[in-house]
Amino acid sequence: MTAPAESETALEPVIGLEVHVQPITRAKMFCGCSADYAGAEPNTHVCPVCLGLPGVLPVVNEEAIRLIVRTGLALNCGIAAFSKFDRKNYPYPDLMKGYQVSQYDLPLCSGGWLEAEAEGEPFRAGITRVHMEEDTARLLHRTDAATGEGYSLIDVNRSGTPLMEIVGEPDLRSPEQARAFLVELRAILRTIEASRANMEEGNFRCDANVSLRPRGAEALGVKVEIKNMNSFRAVHEALRFEIGRQTAILEGGGTIRQETRGWDQQRRETAAQRSKEEADDYRYFPEPDLPPLAPGRAFVEEIRAGLPELPAARRRRYRALGLSAFEAATLAEARDRSEFADAVAAALPFPPARAAKLAANWTLGEAARWSNEHDGERLDRFPLTPAALAELIALAEDGTITGQVAAGVFARMVEEGGSAAGIVEREGLARVDAGDELAAVVRRVVAENGKAAADYRAGKTAAIKRLLGGVMRETRGRADPNTARELLERELGA
Amino acid sequence: MAISPDEARRIGQLARLGLDEAAVGRLAGQLSDILGHFAALAAVATDGVEPTAHPLPLRNVMRADEVTPSLTREEALANAPEVEDGLIRVRAVLE
Repeated sequence: MTAPAESETALEPVIGLEVHVQPITRAKMFCGCSADYAGAEPNTHVCPVCLGLPGVLPVVNEEAIRLIVRTGLALNCGIAAFSKFDRKNYPYPDLMKGYQVSQYDLPLCSGGWLEAEAEGEPFRAGITRVHMEEDTARLLHRTDAATGEGYSLIDVNRSGTPLMEIVGEPDLRSPEQARAFLVELRAILRTIEASRANMEEGNFRCDANVSLRPRGAEALGVKVEIKNMNSFRAVHEALRFEIGRQTAILEGGGTIRQETRGWDQQRRETAAQRSKEEADDYRYFPEPDLPPLAPGRAFVEEIRAGLPELPAARRRRYRALGLSAFEAATLAEARDRSEFADAVAAALPFPPARAAKLAANWTLGEAARWSNEHDGERLDRFPLTPAALAELIALAEDGTITGQVAAGVFARMVEEGGSAAGIVEREGLARVDAGDELAAVVRRVVAENGKAAADYRAGKTAAIKRLLGGVMRETRGRADPNTARELLERELGA
Repeated sequence: MAISPDEARRIGQLARLGLDEAAVGRLAGQLSDILGHFAALAAVATDGVEPTAHPLPLRNVMRADEVTPSLTREEALANAPEVEDGLIRVRAVLE
């Protein structure tokens, strides 16, 4: 067992991700203003608390605490018996009070992990902690037309909305693993309905720390933080770029500078950001306006008991039923998809493995296509109930109707509703097998397509496809294709 | 325990206070005095005493997730130094 010399000296990337996630609450973290800042007119979801006016008293939103505990449990974290808030001080115009209420040394959740798969390899990545904090106001940067000088505009609507900061361990070894980590984290957050977790909407934001070290080394290299990535693809690209950049420096005998770099989507590269001076001196101290939290056992266990089946467990269940890794992952990634497929399978009169396979085929095929054509609409809004779809699948499987008719009936059901059996009955769509009806159609089609028949008889056997098409048209897809072909061959051979 | 002029200057910078040299010297002295008082407190034996996260014996003070009325935009912006398009206008910040 000798590895190529090259890989022994090669450098190994070490990646850790930090993700800020907005939990789904109606109100902000410490006041009653609406947390729905996305479509609101600027500075209309604002009160003295989130404006940071003197003399106000913030009060913790209980739902945000429930959701962070739910998130912590789903990420296999321990939940602190005692936790508090701290002030993180730094001056920036997006910070109305001059400090951000966050959690420093006693976060609500810590010591967890998630499992995911990248390039066919399962891996587990640690979660250092998940803590609660508040979001900042939104800044818009403008240039004064008259003076050419830059200035900033502040929309305070986002100020004080709840954020969960999820800090991952530096356990990731490739951009592919980093992307898989994010995909899994998003799937978990959506499955437990803790967050919409949508990067484009800004309620799921990711920063990455990356360093290189000689493969096999224990000590970590100098790390660079990358910001400003607004899609999973951007995270992947930025990490690939940064690993390349650092590799070139190290292999050229240089050293890496610890710094923050921003991903430039247009130029597809990371660039050094001007470092905020002494930025890491946040002078944390306990928040005197907020009494500590002590999540009791009953509170935590009630939340644990309410957790749905998580994506990893769903994947395992699907794999055990014989689904492919792709099918299992694609179903498990979205709870609506997974639950739709489960309900279809449960309604099918077949053994579990066969039912699961058929349910997966239809869910990932026809149902997913409907979802894509409807702006990603969730499958719990799908016009067919799982039971109605199962009835159609069963009719196709037991041979009552052909696959072609099944597709047509499916389209009818989506558009007009109704049951599969009812449509088949009313429209006379049952499959036609070898018999007088089909034999008559075959004779007629051969008689009416003299050219194709002649071609076939002259040895151009592909011409039978045209005839077969004619038979399917005549029977509105009801003919079993194999039977029709046999009858055609017999007729043409005669 | 003494705060050096350099440390006083840095603390001033973090708090975005424009301190002149006289103020740096004066504040370094005052901060040193304050730390002196803490040094006296630090001399008290506190072994076995739980750290105090909050002076009041309260825990889990929370409110329901309900939206309550916000200020009107006019009220919200009443004290803003400058307003443009319903937004607060401030000097550019160097990133």
